[in-house]
Amino acid sequence: MSLFNIFNIAGSALNAQSLRLNTTASNMANANSAASSSGKTYRAREPVFEPMLADALDPNGGADAGVKVMGIVESQAPLRHEYQPGSPLADADGYVYLPNVNVVEEMANMISASRSYQTNVEVMEASKRMLQQTLALGQ
Amino acid sequence: MNNNINVFGIHTQAMALRARRAEVLATNLANADTPGYQARDLDFAAVLAGEGAEGAMLTTDARHLGGVDPDFSYALRYRDPLQASLDQNTVDVQAERAAFTDNAMRYQASLTFLNGRIRGLLSALRGE
Repeated sequence: MSLFNIFNIAGSALNAQSLRLNTTASNMANANSAASSSGKTYRAREPVFEPMLADALDPNGGADAGVKVMGIVESQAPLRHEYQPGSPLADADGYVYLPNVNVVEEMANMISASRSYQTNVEVMEASKRMLQQTLALGQ
Repeated sequence: MNNNINVFGIHTQAMALRARRAEVLATNLANADTPGYQARDLDFAAVLAGEGAEGAMLTTDARHLGGVDPDFSYALRYRDPLQASLDQNTVDVQAERAAFTDNAMRYQASLTFLNGRIRGLLSALRGE
């Protein structure tokens, strides 16, 4: 129990949100990476978060749990299939496979992640101010 | 003259509670995007009533020091969500931020009271 713990909690959230920004950036960068077969095509990725302590979901457990990334899942949406007979990656019928990245969804995800990041930075700022004023108590 | 124990009044406990509440609210904000996470908060009334009841440490001997449960875990409650998301997450970021700011201001209020108290005592000690 102390205000110092807030830095661990908010820090874990910064870590998780920056990983989310990373996957979004990777999805956007690969939005048009064509491939010659469905197995080789890039699929949109998304991190799944979970509370850092297993007992955080238990009503009697401790509440001071940060957040961590449980894993990264690939989107199961169908791949785009485009007719590009001139492409060196085209299959026998002249089709190439394109990733199932939804750019609009990724943009929204990016804004959400950066806002969450910002919120946690502000939490840290506020806790820092609270600590500094406590340290200056009686001076 | 043994009233120095009560010089700071309720503010020492209030600050412990505010610091703990800041921690709980920071956890809610950190888990704003975690599926299935249920937002929690400390029930102020339960803490106020719990002083000397379930929250307090037992003092069965005159030499025991009393004290409250530093985690205030007996006062943790799940937040009643205004609108839960489809993934069962009940963190409302705006409400949590408002609560966090409110909590920080109340912490500052306690600090200001303590500072005034210390200044008053110091000037009494100096006798200037």
